[in-house]
Amino acid sequence: MVLEVNDVRKSFGQTQVLKGVDLRVDKGDVVAILGPSGSGKTTLLRCLNFLERADGGTLRFDGEEFQLGHVSKKDIARLRKRTAFVFQSYNLFLNKTALENVTEGLTVARKMPKAEAEGLGRRALEKVGMAGRMDHYPSQLSGGQQQRVAIARAMAVEPEIIYFDEPTSALDPELTGEVLAVMRQLADEGMTMLVVTHELGFARTVSSQTVLMEGGVVVESGPSRRVFEHPEEERTRAFLRMDGK
Amino acid sequence: MLEYLFDSFPLLEILADSFPKILVPGLTVTIPLTAISFTFAMVIAVAAAMAQFARVPVITQLCRFYIWIFRGTPLLVQLFVVFYGLPKVGVRIEPFPAAVIVFSLNEGAYCAETVRAALEAVPAGQLEAGLCAGLSYLQTMRRIVLPQAMRTAFPPLSNSLIAMVKDTSLAANITVVEMFRATEQINARVYEPLALYIEVGLIYLLFSTVLTWLQRAGEKKLSAYESREG
Repeated sequence: MVLEVNDVRKSFGQTQVLKGVDLRVDKGDVVAILGPSGSGKTTLLRCLNFLERADGGTLRFDGEEFQLGHVSKKDIARLRKRTAFVFQSYNLFLNKTALENVTEGLTVARKMPKAEAEGLGRRALEKVGMAGRMDHYPSQLSGGQQQRVAIARAMAVEPEIIYFDEPTSALDPELTGEVLAVMRQLADEGMTMLVVTHELGFARTVSSQTVLMEGGVVVESGPSRRVFEHPEEERTRAFLRMDGK
Repeated sequence: MLEYLFDSFPLLEILADSFPKILVPGLTVTIPLTAISFTFAMVIAVAAAMAQFARVPVITQLCRFYIWIFRGTPLLVQLFVVFYGLPKVGVRIEPFPAAVIVFSLNEGAYCAETVRAALEAVPAGQLEAGLCAGLSYLQTMRRIVLPQAMRTAFPPLSNSLIAMVKDTSLAANITVVEMFRATEQINARVYEPLALYIEVGLIYLLFSTVLTWLQRAGEKKLSAYESREG
């Protein structure tokens, strides 16, 4: 098991966004989190990497247990070095080239020698099909290319898990495919991934587990094939029908 | 030939004579005063802007107070308080260092606001991405957020620098013999106020023009990461 959270709760002011969420991700799993807008799925993902501070809940990560409400800065820094995050809006460092975007976390955060980091960075960029664009700045790349660089940046640090926050939602349909293809390849290589997504096709065909969230709770979860073919909950059936066509 | 010109137009001789006497204090006093003060001002500005951006308690309030005071009172008054006022409580500061202190603090207050606004204009995702890549808050600020903010802040900061070159003439009032005071001293001997003050004005214009060129070159260099196609 890479990661397990229990009873994650989070409110913004009066609004309770997460009402006690449980989730488990095993090594090599690709877990898709589906759900309508406002279901809390992005907030959950952001709580896991402390971009939002959860009000309560426990996180077990690779055998260690943390109280989400009171994690020390030191533990946050340590945990972040073992994970990676891919954002909906890519968030590539705008003042760095594609290659520098990938090596930054290696040389600065992980103190890797520059030459070694560049070797790793080049290989990661080749893998996502960006070998020819290493010296380009984000402003010179299309959305799909930027997101592929962001995925290279995530995998280069060899994290135990990569969190994806709606990685294709900001992309035109024709660019979505190239990003999903890279993610599919990553899944095939055994990378552990937790993916918040609207892409039912991706969830159905790539993810091993599917979680449906609504209103701040998990409605249904299980092996993707089972959830898609024999949903147990009426809410799940309705959601898949609505989005499925 | 030159002598003939000077004999027929005595004003020309005064201008030619005074030119080096004005330019030299310009190069040895006005420019160092500006350069040193602006350097300190930038250190103050970045520190004050970062503290406010990070909402460090107490320090943020102190920064607001400092900016309130130095933006809210005239530069000339600040110079007089430090140079003529402080000796009353036993603090005697030489004219040049007194001018450096006042110009640094005054300019620092304005530039702090410029840098703070520029920091806030950097998309929040840049900081988040840095943290998620494993960088510490300070590493992310120094390597990712601040460089982008400085690109935004560069034109207004250049503006402040150019304004400062001219504002150093106020130091004449606390006996710093910079360009303007040197001109006044020459004028006291020869009494050619129109010609001499226009002359010193033109030298200020020359300095400002050079800085404007440098600003353009700097902007070009800094814009490296912006779209080349666009």
